[in-house]
Amino acid sequence: MSIKKTLLTSVVGLGLTVGIASAASHSTTITIATVNNGDMIRMQGYTDKFTEETGVAVEWVTLEENVLRQRVTTDITTKGGQFDIMTIGMYETPIWGANGWLVPLDDLSAEYDVGDILPAMSGGLSHDGTLYAAPFYGESSMIMYRTDLMEAAGMEMPDAPTWEFIAKAAAAMTDREKEINGICLRGKAGWGEGGAFITAMSNSFGARWFDENWNPQFDTEAWANTLNFYKDMMDASGPAGYATNGFNENLSLFQQGKCGMWIDATVAASFVTNPNDSTVADSVSFALAPDTGLGKRSNWLWAWALAVPAGTQKEAEAKKFIEWATSTKYIELVAENEGWANVPPGARTSLYENPEYQAVPFAKMTLDSILSADPNNPTVDPVPYVGVQFAAIPEFAGIATEVSQEFSAAYAGQQTIAEALEKAQAITNEAMEAAGYK
Amino acid sequence: MATKASRSAARLMMAPAVVLLLGWMLVPLTMTLWFSFRTYLPLRGGDQGWTGFDNYVRFVTSSSFWPAVSTTLIILAGVLIITIVLGVLLAILLDQPMWGQGVVRILVIAPFFVMPTVSALVWKNIFMDPTNGLFAHLWKFFGAEPVSWLSDASIPSIIMIVSWQWLPFATLILLTAIQSLDSEQLEAAEMDGASPLARFSFITLPHLSRAITIVVLIQTIFLLAIFAEIFVTTGGAFGTRTLSYLIFQRVLESQNIGLGSAGGVYAIILANIVAIFLMRIVGKNLDN
Repeated sequence: MSIKKTLLTSVVGLGLTVGIASAASHSTTITIATVNNGDMIRMQGYTDKFTEETGVAVEWVTLEENVLRQRVTTDITTKGGQFDIMTIGMYETPIWGANGWLVPLDDLSAEYDVGDILPAMSGGLSHDGTLYAAPFYGESSMIMYRTDLMEAAGMEMPDAPTWEFIAKAAAAMTDREKEINGICLRGKAGWGEGGAFITAMSNSFGARWFDENWNPQFDTEAWANTLNFYKDMMDASGPAGYATNGFNENLSLFQQGKCGMWIDATVAASFVTNPNDSTVADSVSFALAPDTGLGKRSNWLWAWALAVPAGTQKEAEAKKFIEWATSTKYIELVAENEGWANVPPGARTSLYENPEYQAVPFAKMTLDSILSADPNNPTVDPVPYVGVQFAAIPEFAGIATEVSQEFSAAYAGQQTIAEALEKAQAITNEAMEAAGYK
Repeated sequence: MATKASRSAARLMMAPAVVLLLGWMLVPLTMTLWFSFRTYLPLRGGDQGWTGFDNYVRFVTSSSFWPAVSTTLIILAGVLIITIVLGVLLAILLDQPMWGQGVVRILVIAPFFVMPTVSALVWKNIFMDPTNGLFAHLWKFFGAEPVSWLSDASIPSIIMIVSWQWLPFATLILLTAIQSLDSEQLEAAEMDGASPLARFSFITLPHLSRAITIVVLIQTIFLLAIFAEIFVTTGGAFGTRTLSYLIFQRVLESQNIGLGSAGGVYAIILANIVAIFLMRIVGKNLDN
């Protein structure tokens, strides 16, 4: 009886506390839409600290990447006003900034030190020189490879290899009997999945999406070379069904020891070197994404950033949160509690100057990769767009998703590469016409 | 019996329901029609005025249109054939007296209650995954090379998933029809020396024709709009882009509301054409 009573009173008490807490914070609650990546989930765990410091309560809406994109895009285009802060990427920020849908972040405090943000990041998150979103973390892509398999193959990975070397090494490392694939790469349809990878790769082969007059370029030899090289290499040394593999599929293959090399986001480095998740944690090393000697490498540049939609009633509180979450103080807070390897990477110069962070095995290669990507001059030949693995125009996400679907069908052998490129050219032409470029 | 006054009273009382139903149907339809004649690009400044039939022309002349229509029809036909053939067989099987009939029937119907997204995820990850899937292990056990179902046999895979979901529905309707079949008629035929096959094709099947018609019509309406299974498994890649998926891509991925709305109008037209055809073919059964 008495236990029941205690339970009852404590439940009532809890309900009261929650009620009071929500009533007290009612006037200053901000709503944040974010993506369900590890670093963001970690940030949510520290929300209480922010509320303690500022008295502003935070409500989280955490969504999977594609769903997040659709939700925030719908909200911003219809002026829905559901969110006070949105987590968006390098693709959305310049477009939305140009449309006047975001609050410019030009009045952040001196203590926050905007100048400390890596120039590649602030450049990609600005429009006409005004910052519209603050980077929470930034990434590029690089090669992650198995040192033991490389050694067994009798080869040595240079710091900046060529595609030719990668194909040769992949073939040498492949051992179908033992289920070891020399190389794992994204082939999954979707502009942020296989589409991002193949676009970044095509840059190093001298290809581009559009010429200076916005004419699609899929009928060029450079694109045919890119796709043929990719498919030949993956057919010879890639995993079965690679046409449906995205980031997560490859991560799990690599962690299970089924990949010799993997070229993907630099943030994956902390997952494959974490002994709790990865069976190969102690034999992973890193190198720059490959090139073909034409002057561009095949690494991309991306940042998840926090932005304030124009029209929010809580602009001041929202900016306060952004300053808190993307500050050096927050990085120190995470480092203190969870170690330097787990801090959000790629956003601030000072992080890479910190000797404690320099001791993290993938820190240097991440920075070098980020620094070698240039969103303003992404390709060998000049282009009218900004963005390495995308073109920052509103139509790109739709076009690139359909184009990458044609590519995936070619990887799976349902059509030839020539057919896929022909369809890609037609799809892009139609969409550009519909958007009024011609 | 009905007087003029009572008839008008009945009309008055029916009016709210009729108005509600009309609004329910007409408002979205009118909006779709309205948008289909406008240039509406949310990421490029929103509604930019009338554009005539441009959206309609553009949607049909797109290289993706006819492949999408044929994919829609192939999936529809495949699922209809599988669910009806297997549905009839299962219904006959379930009609036999057996131990644990109630439980078996519930188990057979269960797939229908699983949400489309969930069942698609289960099929994709647990059965069809080329590395860790159940089928892959089965294939390897027999020494065969695992099949990457969703990329190499994409349309059959989708047909399989959707059929699995809709088979219970067909079975359920057909089972109730079979239960209404007079068993004395079957016994009489048996005594006259009719073989089981003859009894099936001359008594059971004609008796089921009406139920089959219903199944075909209802499934057609729902199958023309299947989306979740494609979204979750292939995302429209590998030739699985149906008309409804193409409309989704136009509206949400390309952010072109006008073009997508025009596609929506085409989808309405296609659904009506298919429905009229099916009515004609199977409609005879309803007349009898």
